Amino acid sequence: MTSRMLKSWLSPLIAFVGMLVIGVVLDQFFNQYVQLIILFACTNIILALSLNLVNGFTGQFSIGHAVFMAIGAYVSAYLSLRPEIFGVKFTMFPEAIDYLNYLVYAVCGGLVAAAAGWVVGLPSLRLRGDYLAIVTLGFSEIIRVILLNTQAVGGARGLFGIPRPDALALGPLTLSPFLVMYVLASFWVVLTFLVLWRLIHSVHGRAFLSVREDEIAAQAMGINTTQVKVRAFVISSFFAGVAGSIFAHSANYLNPSTFGFTKSVDVIIMIVLGGMGSLSGSVVAALFITFLPEFVLRPLQEYTHIDFRMVIYSITLVLFMVLRPKGLFGSREISDIARSLRGERSADERAS
Amino acid sequence: MISVRRYLGHYLGLSLLALTIATVAGCTKKSEPSGEGAQSAANVGIVGDEILVGQFGAFTGSEATFGQSTDKGVRMAFDEKNQAGGIKGKKLKLISIDNQGKAEEAAAAITRLITQNNVIAVIGEVASSRSLAAAPIAQQHKIPMITPSSTNPRVTEVGDYIFRVCFIDPFQGTVMAKFAHEHLKVKRVAVLRDMKSDYSIGLADFFIKKFTELGGTIVADEKYQSGESSFEGQLTQIKAEKPEAIFIPGYYTEVGLIAKQARKLGITATLLGGDGWDSSKLYEIGGDDINGGYFSNHYTTESTDPVVVNFIKKFKERYNGETPDALAAAGYDAAKVLIEAMERAPELTPKAIRDEIAKTKDFVGVTGKITIDENRNASKPAVVVRVDGPNNRFVTTIAP
Amino acid sequence: MSEEILEFTQHLINGIALGSIYALIALGYTMVYGILQLINFAHSEVYMIGAFATYYGARWFGLLDRPGISTFVLLLVFAMICCAALGVLIERLAYRPLRNAPRLNALITAIGVSLFLQYTGQIVFGADPKVFPTLIEDAALASFHGVSIRSFDVAIFGVTLFFMIALSYLIQGTKIGKAMRAVSANRTVASLMGIDANRVITFTFVVGSALAAVGAVLVGMKYPKIDPLMGTLFGLKAFVAAVLGGIGNLPGAVVGGLIMGLCEEMVVGYISSTYRDAFAFSILILILFFRPAGLLGKATQEKV
Repeated sequence: MTSRMLKSWLSPLIAFVGMLVIGVVLDQFFNQYVQLIILFACTNIILALSLNLVNGFTGQFSIGHAVFMAIGAYVSAYLSLRPEIFGVKFTMFPEAIDYLNYLVYAVCGGLVAAAAGWVVGLPSLRLRGDYLAIVTLGFSEIIRVILLNTQAVGGARGLFGIPRPDALALGPLTLSPFLVMYVLASFWVVLTFLVLWRLIHSVHGRAFLSVREDEIAAQAMGINTTQVKVRAFVISSFFAGVAGSIFAHSANYLNPSTFGFTKSVDVIIMIVLGGMGSLSGSVVAALFITFLPEFVLRPLQEYTHIDFRMVIYSITLVLFMVLRPKGLFGSREISDIARSLRGERSADERAS
Repeated sequence: MISVRRYLGHYLGLSLLALTIATVAGCTKKSEPSGEGAQSAANVGIVGDEILVGQFGAFTGSEATFGQSTDKGVRMAFDEKNQAGGIKGKKLKLISIDNQGKAEEAAAAITRLITQNNVIAVIGEVASSRSLAAAPIAQQHKIPMITPSSTNPRVTEVGDYIFRVCFIDPFQGTVMAKFAHEHLKVKRVAVLRDMKSDYSIGLADFFIKKFTELGGTIVADEKYQSGESSFEGQLTQIKAEKPEAIFIPGYYTEVGLIAKQARKLGITATLLGGDGWDSSKLYEIGGDDINGGYFSNHYTTESTDPVVVNFIKKFKERYNGETPDALAAAGYDAAKVLIEAMERAPELTPKAIRDEIAKTKDFVGVTGKITIDENRNASKPAVVVRVDGPNNRFVTTIAP
Repeated sequence: MSEEILEFTQHLINGIALGSIYALIALGYTMVYGILQLINFAHSEVYMIGAFATYYGARWFGLLDRPGISTFVLLLVFAMICCAALGVLIERLAYRPLRNAPRLNALITAIGVSLFLQYTGQIVFGADPKVFPTLIEDAALASFHGVSIRSFDVAIFGVTLFFMIALSYLIQGTKIGKAMRAVSANRTVASLMGIDANRVITFTFVVGSALAAVGAVLVGMKYPKIDPLMGTLFGLKAFVAAVLGGIGNLPGAVVGGLIMGLCEEMVVGYISSTYRDAFAFSILILILFFRPAGLLGKATQEKV
């Protein structure tokens, strides 16, 4: 019993602690620019993981993932800027433990995004493939235009002055604002990974995969495919909303133009690059896509004085696809690869 | 008994990867925290005999043409100064960083300039939205930031380190409202604004406010999104209201096409606009259809002011005969204001430079006499010019 | 009353004119999709290159200020050749290696190629907008109380219809068309039957890309401002139009394009220009809800 519990909680705990160690290193030895990019990377990891549930595991085709991020970001930012809304105080914790407020904002942002995900998931009852894609794209354009014209959230000017967590005093230790934000972000990254991992390896998860592999067969097996698809959209949107919340409080500024078609495409690139249906692949690809233009191409641009960041980025993309058509990991996980390197047979191979 | 080793395997790779990549970025040294009062680092932005100044802008992406124009002006000002011997025996070095016209990249770009490149001051952004994303970061690190052409009033409200050398929307919108009322004596005006641009929205709002105050009527308020090519629908709506003039506070990239389409639909109303019109491309795209339109601007190419004449001449020499647009002129002036402040500053620290920028008074720039007021905005008169072929004819000056 | 009718007529003309542009570009999307099941995102950039080819062509051939039919034809052919060459190049280098990879990978490659052309364009051509040369003067063909029908609009509409019919004939009525249909149905079996699938696909790209050039020249004359990112918006709308009509279906692309154009125009005219795209997309979603496989697409239940 204890061993089982330990088993299920140990790996996420190790991951979380590992990320914390990285966080302390970042806090002590790296400048704010690197720290900001790391926070953006966390956002992208959550986005990629969550989209993978819809596009990779359930086999639906969403090209409007950025809209859920936008909804989460705007809801979260709005809550943090208003003392109370409809008589409810969302900033409910005192300043000393103000990081808890950011969890509340993120959960609220996620919930609203999940509701939007439900709305978008509904057409998937009838539509598939490119037709569903158009609906997700259309929905994201609609929300973008609405945000652009809502003065309460800044419209085209954008929403600025979004607060970030305060420094946190823990006895003799003081955590810098970056570290607090980073701990929150790591918490969500690990939670997202954990939830999706366990979901996919559960009975419900097999239902997602069966819808992807063969919808009719899945139906014949008594799986409510409609429900499965909508569920995938809802869960995925929740985490995208959370990612939006982290983004909002890291960048401290939001503009509707951030959440356009390009952003959705970026996330799709991440999951394809990492391998559809590979969670760890998504993580690696999200890091790669975030770091490549900033840490590799920016210095190059400063050195050469030519703005060909995006040119190299796009060539990399094409080369990657041509040379590794299944993405980095295919549908395998990093652990499978580590195992096969050690000469053990992977779970899939054993099963077959 | 669980195999810890196996479970480590799951996440080890992950953590390792993050670490490796973090180390790749490892050439990034952590600069001294320059938070409250931490001005101890006296040599911020000075490397050897070079003074590092940062610039962030949209040099690629859908708004690249505006960023590149500004960059041309800024570079020219810096090179001129360096040729004249530099500042206090040191040369200026401009570090330009692209943000692709994205707000989140603007935040990353300015953070990089300040915490990694260690610049002493920052020049940036055309669009107010991106200036608003970046300004709090400059303020937090107490690094002076001058925006050449962000006209939204909120930008400089961020803090005492943020300045601008351009008009603010309330003033420029008012200028055209006054002009329409007093000079053109029109009563019915339609507005066609770019809803993606805060500049356009701000200008339109203040125009409408002033114009209705003066007793005029706004007969239509239509919107478009920059990047579109078809404005016939909006123009058909406007045509039905029979306005005497149409106020289009957008950029020349769209205005030229709008003018063409308006005339094709048989609209004869006078077209009015703001400094976003100022570019030689306006007439190239709009052709004769844009002739007779009026817009508010910082300066006129007809000016006999030696500063302006000199600027245009040198700009044309440097950039293959290209006529500078308003953004290039604003970029040039922003750089000049910064250079002058450095020149006057007793020492080259961000704080000293900030104080001197704030003291800028009657600086004769290309875009007019710039005086930085207590809100860190530039107050200067605007001119109204009429489009007449490739040249713009001076019509009148309107003071703040 | 009559003024309202005039206004409506004007909106109708505007909408059809805009819709024809979407339709013309959508034909290129749908054609490649019909054969390869690939959303060729780079199509909008081929269109952009078509416009720039005309721009530079006019300079090289010294045809800048000499509008006329011969100028028009010469530059059109030049643009078509450039685009066809580019299309073949893209297909050879970026798509062919992925022939047997999952669909989404080809999609990412298409996006990669599209980004590459956009940003390389910004470096090579410059980011500032250029003015498209005047090839033919626009003229009002008929005018009634200020509502006029203009030659460019009629030309674009006519060309769109022409290509719709011509391409339908090409696919349904010719030998190469038969090969295209065979490749579309089953590439492996088609090659077993002696069809060179690669040649057929190359041919498809030649036709699709040349079509993009025709679109670029016609749209360039109507909206004479070109820049390296000009393809993105029209491209996205045209892609939506192609899907709306039932992707892979040529008349569907035209119908989809016209509906898109009319929707946008009527929203501006009778609802609000602020929510032009929002309402237009809502209408599309609604249509798709009732016709899940597009307007003219066939609803197929896969794998029974």
